[in-house]
Amino acid sequence: MLFGVPVVQIVLFGFALTNEIKNSNIVIVDNAKDMASQQIINKLASTDYFIIHKELLSSNQIDASFKSGDIKLAIVFPLNFNEDLTHTNHAQIQVIADASDPNTGTTLTNYVTGIVADYNAQFNKDIEIPYQINQEVRMLYNPDLKGAPNFVPGVIAMVMLLVCVMMTSISIVREKELGTMEVLLVSPFKPILVIFAKAIPYLALSIINLTIILILSVFALDLPIKGSIVLLYAVSILFIITCLSLGLLVSTGASTQQGAMTLSLVGMMLPTLMLSGYMFPIENMPMPLQILSNIVPAKWFYITIKDIMLKGLGVRFIWKEILILFGMTVFFLFLSLKNFKKRLE
Amino acid sequence: MRVLKFLLQKEFRQIFRDKNMIRMMFMVPIIQLLILPQAANYTIRNINVAIVDLDRSDYSNKFTNKVLSSGYFKLTAFTPSYQEAYALIEKDKADIVLEIPQGFERNLTRENKQKFSLDINAINGVKAAVGYGYLSNIIQDFNNQIRLEWIQPTSLNPIPNIEVTSSNWYNPNLSYYLFMVPGVLVLLVTLIGGNMTALNIVKEKEIGTIEQINVTPIKKYHFILGKLIPFWCLGVIIFTIGLLIARIVYGIIPLGSVALLYLFLSVYLIAIVGFGLLISTYSETQQQAQSLTFFFIQIFNLMGGLFTPIDSMPVWAKVITKVIPISYFIDVMRMIVIKGSQFHDVLHHILIVFAMGVILNTWAILNYRKTT
Repeated sequence: MLFGVPVVQIVLFGFALTNEIKNSNIVIVDNAKDMASQQIINKLASTDYFIIHKELLSSNQIDASFKSGDIKLAIVFPLNFNEDLTHTNHAQIQVIADASDPNTGTTLTNYVTGIVADYNAQFNKDIEIPYQINQEVRMLYNPDLKGAPNFVPGVIAMVMLLVCVMMTSISIVREKELGTMEVLLVSPFKPILVIFAKAIPYLALSIINLTIILILSVFALDLPIKGSIVLLYAVSILFIITCLSLGLLVSTGASTQQGAMTLSLVGMMLPTLMLSGYMFPIENMPMPLQILSNIVPAKWFYITIKDIMLKGLGVRFIWKEILILFGMTVFFLFLSLKNFKKRLE
Repeated sequence: MRVLKFLLQKEFRQIFRDKNMIRMMFMVPIIQLLILPQAANYTIRNINVAIVDLDRSDYSNKFTNKVLSSGYFKLTAFTPSYQEAYALIEKDKADIVLEIPQGFERNLTRENKQKFSLDINAINGVKAAVGYGYLSNIIQDFNNQIRLEWIQPTSLNPIPNIEVTSSNWYNPNLSYYLFMVPGVLVLLVTLIGGNMTALNIVKEKEIGTIEQINVTPIKKYHFILGKLIPFWCLGVIIFTIGLLIARIVYGIIPLGSVALLYLFLSVYLIAIVGFGLLISTYSETQQQAQSLTFFFIQIFNLMGGLFTPIDSMPVWAKVITKVIPISYFIDVMRMIVIKGSQFHDVLHHILIVFAMGVILNTWAILNYRKTT
């Protein structure tokens, strides 16, 4: 399970879950059936955004198709489309989107608008257009606009958290439940040594997991590591230690395995999934949630990993995040050691 | 029938005795429904833009005003050089750098052609594409304005132009809540229904009361039915609370028939409770049951189409979405609530989920052994 989860997650996130929108079923109502409409349809068909069905539907039939969930978008060409375009220099295409999913609706509409604008530009290629403003665009860090660059750093954070917080806390609480913790504590070992000994196997495990994820993302997902690998590992180890100290803190707060599990799942996983910024953009959230996101350690780790892996930045740019993570670690360790001592009395 | 009555009496008493369970039943849906839809908002707005205006002319001013007043963009800074703006992207302070070249206005009149350069942080590919879309529309618009100002148009449409008019049906305000809340409600019913059922039989195993039931003449299907019916009822209650919250807090009123929603819910709960029962017949300890449900719930959560569109998934992932019941309910829920779909639109979904329910429950009954 400890090695299976990261592999399953990286495969799911890397390949299956994208915010990209493609292969959407759309219907084209081509009332014109002339040269221009045909050329635009060919252009639409040459992308992998759409799966095109051609049918002559009335407005009511489009409504019915939306309701049964068969299509996401309808494009309507009016009669005499080509004629309008060549004679009056103005033609109209109607796009109707099923906006029950607002994101898909607007994105598909944008795709169509872009493709039609492209066709329009081609159409006007030979005409000298006065005062033309062009744009030169560079998509930085991720020119193909893939989903993986956004997700992989998030998955790394999730897996670290899962292994370190949940597993450490459960394994310590289990010793409490079984009573073996008392045995360890009355032995001449210092309590702090007992805790370190518990944490180190999970540290090692997490480093192995990190390596697996990195290898998968470089070779399977084509995601190169632009920055320094040493720095990447150093920051990751810092984050692992943060998670381990969180696990320790959870274990001092819970007395049963089930309690530890619930606390780490509900208290750690859910906020991380929601508020670290890799699933949902933080800047869209209401203010209280934005402020709350600052206390989620994974948020800061996610930022540093993105900076190192994708942007190739050095320490100079991420020292602030590193410092915050370091501060959190010290804080968690301090809290859990304090709680731990109390229990001994 | 009498046996079943007694079993049901026992189950309900046990459920209502556990105060934690009751608290979880009411608090979790309320909190989740209040917070999750707020966080899960993909509407792309507030794109941070850094502007490098090397021209500082009347027109470059007009243009930047146009960009900033569009409502999609937020100004990070005007920087004097490209390098400084680029540093803002590296620090994540800006998403887009817009550079207006020196002599923009003058050269546009002289050479008929000018170029803006845009650098977009594309780590989040969707955000980059949408932001670029907005910006290039604005540029296009600005361009047309200039043309109109500078040329006396000879005819109404000097160049061939194809206009795309678009309309958004069912959700003209593009509200993300309308999309998210029904889906989250399904997730909730699944989470609580599946999880509580899975833990229930295992708990009887752990405390040993299952042995007592095993030595009585209670039939296997009696036992399973006795577990299924109470949790089915709980699922209906939670769903009802959720619908009320959706109505009161988010103002979402199902466009389609509420009766149809409940019909689907009834069928769906049979499947999901059966799923929980199946897990509990396979596990010996509560921890085992919890880990197993966690694993499946995570897959449901991610593959059910709640957050990311199923259409964009690769074929093997689509196959997974076909065999998990939650993807059908999320789909149906959105169809009925947002689009007002009718019975014949969702019949296909109902039949599949019903078949899943039959399979899962039969499997659970077969797998439940009265002897160890």
